[in-house]
Amino acid sequence: MTSDRPAPAHAPIHEPAIVAPIAGYITQVYAVADAEIQKLRHDPSELLTRALQPAIWLLLFGQVMAQVRGIADGGRYLDFLAPGILAQSVLFAAIFYGIAAIWERDLGVLHRYMVSPAPRSALVLGKAGSSGVRGLSQAVIVYGLAVLMGIDVSFAPAHIAGVALFIAIGSALFSTFSLIIACIVKTRERFMGIGQVLTMPIFFASNAIYPIELMPGWLKAISSANPLTYEVDGLRTLMLTGGTTKYGLGFDYAVLIAVTAGLVAIAARMYPRLTG
Amino acid sequence: MAVSDTCREPKGPGIIETRALTRQFGEILAVDGVSLEVQPHEIFGLIGPNGAGKSTLIKMLTTLLPPSSGAARVAGYDVERQPAKVRTHIGYVPQLLSADGALTAYENLLVSARLYLVPRSEREARIASALKLMGLEDAASRLVDGFSGGMIRRLEIAQSMIHEPEILFMDEPTVGLDPVARHAVWGHVRRLRERLGTTILITTHLMDEADELCDRIGVLHAGRLEEVGSPAELKGRMGPDATLEDVFAHVTGTEITSGGSYRDVRQTRASARAHS
Repeated sequence: MTSDRPAPAHAPIHEPAIVAPIAGYITQVYAVADAEIQKLRHDPSELLTRALQPAIWLLLFGQVMAQVRGIADGGRYLDFLAPGILAQSVLFAAIFYGIAAIWERDLGVLHRYMVSPAPRSALVLGKAGSSGVRGLSQAVIVYGLAVLMGIDVSFAPAHIAGVALFIAIGSALFSTFSLIIACIVKTRERFMGIGQVLTMPIFFASNAIYPIELMPGWLKAISSANPLTYEVDGLRTLMLTGGTTKYGLGFDYAVLIAVTAGLVAIAARMYPRLTG
Repeated sequence: MAVSDTCREPKGPGIIETRALTRQFGEILAVDGVSLEVQPHEIFGLIGPNGAGKSTLIKMLTTLLPPSSGAARVAGYDVERQPAKVRTHIGYVPQLLSADGALTAYENLLVSARLYLVPRSEREARIASALKLMGLEDAASRLVDGFSGGMIRRLEIAQSMIHEPEILFMDEPTVGLDPVARHAVWGHVRRLRERLGTTILITTHLMDEADELCDRIGVLHAGRLEEVGSPAELKGRMGPDATLEDVFAHVTGTEITSGGSYRDVRQTRASARAHS
């Protein structure tokens, strides 16, 4: 029977054995990430509306809290707060990925990705990568705000590169976390409920807006297990002139990369559940 | 069609073969022991009322949903053990929207070309020929948001064919389209088979669609495959002046109801709105 099947118009794709799978994998990751980036390019209004939140935190919350003595051990509170707000805006933008995934499932767009031969981990990494791009655009805005407010921002190229890396990894981490939650709850309604419940503790049980030293022991323990704490520590070190690290930059990166890798592995297994 | 008589007795291995394929959701048997063989180059239609198990069956064949029991081979590969192999050989146009409205037609096709690892040197040519085949050359750089329902369907077919798969699965391809757009889609489906020798499996609850387009039809009712044959055969079994509607009513004991559920109504209305 196969004999009367017409020959395919194009020969099957054969490429060198080792390079091709890796290059193919990267192409598939890029396919997903680039689609998101093109969408942002067509309609960048989302980036501007997202810029409002960090502005409000810095201008309102920051100005008032700066009057409270002792919160930033002698330094200026706004300097202390700015990297925390940067981390927060990245977190909030990334948490949006879960609901976007459910939305794509409801539309049907996700089915198209799931029937493609792309490994599920490539699909997850693609989303994580596009989250990184969103996060970086947030960072540009927060940097602008910080300069306007007279915060002593470091523009040393190495520091900028380091911050970009922290933002990219942090965005990937929290967007993948959000994707896992979406795979568990599966509907937009439930996600909206749980999304709030999850973002707030991640934010407040971290060193983003106050030092861990002020926390009671149990909360200190939770904060030390919270990846956001290590992202904030890294950002605080690199964003400000003369910033110092509490845990060490290498340790911060290691924690974030390890958690991200674990989450990507879990998300790759759970992602197909959305369309099942 | 002339080929239909020779197709009745399968001569060789089917390009799609299922054996007692079953899917259970809790207590409900959505697909109940379906054994089916589709020959290369066939246009095979699955008809049945809403909830008959058409979409569940197609989801198992496209690796979106694992079977509860039984087995299926698609393009020679087992859907459970070799899902990645199956995926490289099939295209799928889901019932839901699979084109991304926030991207242009070209960008949508580029996503597919990358996901299916169409070699970079061939990408542009394939995208151009897919657009031409589906009559969308002039709409390449327009955002899909502004497309009519018929154009979206044609783009979705183009997307699912970019890697020139052996088999194309289409779930209710003309739902919500007006008669003109519907006939246009039929013409494009026929042309695909002529040009590329694609085997096509569609689900529909439109009897004229099944009658006009399909070489053979399988009638699905309450998860079971009740009848298989060419439209002429099925009608012949019922009597001299029988229509496919009569066959359908006989097998399922119901009249054809289109858009029976809230979801169907919502989708039909949404497509209608997109078209107006």
